[in-house]
Amino acid sequence: MRPFRSRLGRFTAAFDPAEATLLADLVDQVRTLLAQRGGGAEDDPLAGLTGMAVGPSTPPGDPAVARLLPAFHRDDEGLAAGLRMLREPEVIAAKDDAAVTLLDTLPRGGGTVRLTEQTARSWLVALNDVRLVFGVRLNITDDATPPAAAAADPRGPEYAMYLTYRWLSTIQESLVQAMLGDA
Amino acid sequence: MTLPVSDSEVGSLSDTAENAPWVVIVWNDPVNLMSYVTYVFQTLLGHPRPVAERLMLDVHHKGRATVAHGPRDSMESIVTQLHGAGLWATMAQDR
Repeated sequence: MRPFRSRLGRFTAAFDPAEATLLADLVDQVRTLLAQRGGGAEDDPLAGLTGMAVGPSTPPGDPAVARLLPAFHRDDEGLAAGLRMLREPEVIAAKDDAAVTLLDTLPRGGGTVRLTEQTARSWLVALNDVRLVFGVRLNITDDATPPAAAAADPRGPEYAMYLTYRWLSTIQESLVQAMLGDA
Repeated sequence: MTLPVSDSEVGSLSDTAENAPWVVIVWNDPVNLMSYVTYVFQTLLGHPRPVAERLMLDVHHKGRATVAHGPRDSMESIVTQLHGAGLWATMAQDR
């Protein structure tokens, strides 16, 4: 992988074929998690009458999905439930759009990625969503040190997952720095 | 300073930023990159770079920062967009 850099108003990076496949798989997995969440409310009578997409009122049971779709209010459960029903479909749609843009602009066989300001924004969001899911699965509590389960066995699957998380962080950091003009 | 108002009175107030007692709070998170949070504050909230960086550092060091205030509808929309971008944000009535 060659990290992102800014060049003539475009943001470019390069990925090996295996890296491109891995990245596409991870983004697809997040899409699937969100699609399972979004598909639950189709029998809602209000949605049937008004054609409005209404989401569920309760927080997701999967903690990783719950991190992607936080409550709108910390203390007022009634307000949080109402806002979740009204607004969650919009949040899921924004995340899905970003994921689709990343998948559409990532050459599957590997090679150079070339992004505009607009497609680069989608990459930041989609990369961040994958990292948020990893953060919950790995129980990441601080950015500098590996979580205990990963540190315990450098040859175990948790450590491999942690390395993938760090790799995603490097990609995202290089892109955001290029976009902030610090590259 | 604004005097406290009861919930029943809030509905009758005109929807100006001065009267609107809602805020958006962003909470610290161990995954989101500091640079990314700054970028989101700049592009999504329209804060100039120094303000975006100060708010990001507040989130990082103090655990939270109030990043916007205004009418309830606008705050709902901002929280929706911040969640879309992956930040951990909530709204609250500022009283």
